[in-house]
Amino acid sequence: MGEHHGPMKGIKRWLYATNHKDIGAMYLWFSFIMFLTGGALAMIIRAELMYPGLQLVDPNFFNQMTTTHGLIMVFGAVMPGFVGLANLMVPMMIGAPDMALPRLNNWSFWILPFAFSLLIIAIIQSFLGISDAPNFGWTFYAPLSTKYGPASTDFFIFSVHMMGISSIMGAVNVIVTIFNLRAPGMTLMKMPLFVWTWLITAFLLIAVMPVLAGAVTMMLTDRHFGTSFFDAAGGGDPVLFQHVFWFFGHPEVYIMILPAFGIVSAIIPTFARKPLFGYASMVYATASIAFLSFVVWAHHMFTVGLPLAGNLFYMYMTMLIAVPTGVKVFNWVATMWKGSMTFEVPMLFAIAFVILFTIGGFSGLMLAITPVDQQYHDTYFVVAHFHYVLVSGAVFSIIAGVYYWLPKWTGRMYNIGLAKLHFWCSLIFVNLLFFPMHFVGLAGMPRRYSDYSLQFADFNWWISIGGFGFGVSQLILLWILIDICFRKKGEAVSDQVWEGAEGLEWTLPSPAPYHSFTTPPVVK
Amino acid sequence: MQSFAKRCSSIGLALATVTSTSVFAEWQLDMTPGVTEVSQQVFDMHRTMLWWCVAIGVVVFGAMFYSMIMHRKSKGHEASQFHESTSVEIAWTVLPFVILILMAIPATKVLIAMSDTDDSALTVKITGSQWKWHYEYLDWEGQGGLDLDYYSILSTPSEEIIRPVLASGLFPKNTAKDSYREDGIYPERDELYKRDVDKPLIIPTGRKVRFLITSDDVIHSWWVPDFAIKKDAIPGFINELWTLVPEGKEGIYRGQCAELCGKDHAFMPVVVEARSVEDFEKWMVDAREAQKAEALAAANSLDKTFSKEELMAEGEKHYVARCSACHQANGQGLPPTFPALAGSKVALGAVADHIDIVNNGKNAMPAFGSMLSPKEIAAIVTYERNAWGNTPSDGIDVVQPRDVAK
Ligand code: HEM
Ligand SMILES: [Cu+2]
Repeated sequence: MGEHHGPMKGIKRWLYATNHKDIGAMYLWFSFIMFLTGGALAMIIRAELMYPGLQLVDPNFFNQMTTTHGLIMVFGAVMPGFVGLANLMVPMMIGAPDMALPRLNNWSFWILPFAFSLLIIAIIQSFLGISDAPNFGWTFYAPLSTKYGPASTDFFIFSVHMMGISSIMGAVNVIVTIFNLRAPGMTLMKMPLFVWTWLITAFLLIAVMPVLAGAVTMMLTDRHFGTSFFDAAGGGDPVLFQHVFWFFGHPEVYIMILPAFGIVSAIIPTFARKPLFGYASMVYATASIAFLSFVVWAHHMFTVGLPLAGNLFYMYMTMLIAVPTGVKVFNWVATMWKGSMTFEVPMLFAIAFVILFTIGGFSGLMLAITPVDQQYHDTYFVVAHFHYVLVSGAVFSIIAGVYYWLPKWTGRMYNIGLAKLHFWCSLIFVNLLFFPMHFVGLAGMPRRYSDYSLQFADFNWWISIGGFGFGVSQLILLWILIDICFRKKGEAVSDQVWEGAEGLEWTLPSPAPYHSFTTPPVVK
Repeated sequence: MQSFAKRCSSIGLALATVTSTSVFAEWQLDMTPGVTEVSQQVFDMHRTMLWWCVAIGVVVFGAMFYSMIMHRKSKGHEASQFHESTSVEIAWTVLPFVILILMAIPATKVLIAMSDTDDSALTVKITGSQWKWHYEYLDWEGQGGLDLDYYSILSTPSEEIIRPVLASGLFPKNTAKDSYREDGIYPERDELYKRDVDKPLIIPTGRKVRFLITSDDVIHSWWVPDFAIKKDAIPGFINELWTLVPEGKEGIYRGQCAELCGKDHAFMPVVVEARSVEDFEKWMVDAREAQKAEALAAANSLDKTFSKEELMAEGEKHYVARCSACHQANGQGLPPTFPALAGSKVALGAVADHIDIVNNGKNAMPAFGSMLSPKEIAAIVTYERNAWGNTPSDGIDVVQPRDVAK
């Protein structure tokens, strides 16, 4: 055995981190902190919307809350959460010692805190009443954002550029790692689904983050250098902005869900004690969803006045996505069918994921029908839809993944009682929070409203209660994580951890060694 | 100190209202059923989709719960190890496909119908602007040149929309709102809170009405749920849509702006009143008369000289209706986006600049020259130059309509 070097000491270990587990852990903590921050902003939104009338904040400040909430949740909580899991798990799942490009990995993480500081400084200034934070929605449509945006828009543009650079570097690293560092004998069709979904996600990231960078760069030149990409008076077109944005934005929402498919496809077989049903069709379904995601962007634009042929094309393509997505859900159900199921915490979250994500999928199916979508569009029905897929979908899957692999990372079992409490509180409140949004949306409450008329009052009160409850429930998770990570509580676990678990990561000791596989395992 | 105590008490009041229970609301659970043929079809399609989803949900979740209950380890159920079945997988790929085709057919039909704007009797141009709608009647049964247009703005008085405790941010200094109601109790609220306008759009029933939609600042979206029409108003471009309210369905139909358009996005309702063709034509004649008379009065006002008192009184009225949403009733504005007018450079500087900015707008400030008469603008400028202890530096504290029209 050659010279073994462990982690550096103190702060340097983290600043100069090149180890996939250190970086993965930092990503996950960053994501969790952003989740709580974005959640706090959501609590302000829900406090204002608890009653009709304006009682807490001014509408302009309200718009800053929704905007920053959306941006932080998408780019700060969900995406880094998945990247953290990829960093931690991909090398362990393919039998590699680390990620292929560790130094790049360090950069792609450390860019993030700087990118988000720009947004957070703007929002703190706004809290203090000094200046305005971005207030044009996470979709920042022109010309509201270009001609009417506050000064902080330039910082927002810079921040988006940095996030994009970080994501692309992370994606390159994932692809290179998967292509080059697989253990002998691990063919592509033997890779765990989490690895597959991340491989496809990484390609999506590389394809679309430059598009986002292009959009914000055009904004920047429109704002300061006299171009008029998005200004009809100068020969441009505000709708062009939407096309560019959603050409990025639609694949982006799949970036936020494909890795989730991978996570639950790891968890369900473990606790059903049965192999995943239809592995091959899962892979093909994931690939076709990713492919289709590039030809449906305009379904976010059914009311901008596309030509009839355009509306029809995007409607058909969007409906088509339901087919591979349906295949995935059916496969998960078939995996549970005739299993020998137990309901440990990761499984609870995974099952909740399947059910609630499917409900989000149903409303998605309804949204695909263009003439009806023109009614749903920009109402709370849409807010309900995307929170079902993002919160009880993406976020639940990240939490499930953390509960599933945490014992492997730390070598100890977390407090199961508290974790179950966390699950049940989250489950109840998330539905109280988002289900009634379908009703107020159908009844006609538009989204991004700082105030609403009286017929929406009762439901909004319940929605807010659900929101506060869901927010508080996440503090249980915070406590569980502090307990196990910093206070080193919890009983030691075996290498296998879960009875039915399969995969290379479970052949490693718990806690997993600093350099995961120093000799590559052979996969038969 | 004073203001800190005040702020605490107003936050207390806000909390008090927040903890009392509400008893507003009818409980509408589903989409608004249609009034027009198209919106009825849209509603039916929505219901059909909903039932498909429920049916699929029952099957999928049913299977899941069945296996969660029956196939659990604690019941001693052994796991079987099957993990593939080509026939099953083909079946559940093809079946959804068939359902989708079944849905795509009616959807295509309705979509084609929705985009056919030919043979309309009335054409109205709708322009969205922050935060009101401008309606121009362009053509009625081929007559053209109707010369009829007006703005439609929220009519809920601003005292009724309880002002927020905090004017900007959460912890800004000295921004507790005076206008927050001391008793902390909601004013009498009518059902139409925030959903009514001063002048609704009037259209005839039984005739196809075509709308041309555009915007003069940001993107708005004009939405009337009962007609199932929602289309974006995009600056520099014109979108088309149409509706046909059947005879016998005369009445008032309400909607709201559906695209984030800035601060007062939540405060630009759409109200459409459908009248029988005779009533519509009668209304149109009257409205055009009234508009002519107004234009005449505005032209005459250019020769008149009004007293300061008269201008101040009228100015205050218009200021509250048009300007106070941003610059606030007390003239303090909401900096940094909406500057204060009390003691401001523009309001106290050269009168020509002051008039210019009201006429032509700047950044987030709309151009009022096209919306208000010279007399109204003269009154507003006079008011702004004298209210809140303002004293103009150029000594000009009264502005006459002819100064504005220059
Ligand atoms: C604590 C739980 C959460 C609550 C109470 C909550 C609540 C809300 C509310 C009230 C809105 C404003 C809707 C509107 O007026 O249009 C909103 C918007 C949004 N939320 Fe959440 N949310 C939560 C978690 C999340 C998470 C985890 C995500 C993850 C991606 C997310 C993504 C978004 C996005 C993208 C928007 C749109 C922002 C915009 O309109 O520009 N939310 N949320
Ligand atoms: Cu609007």
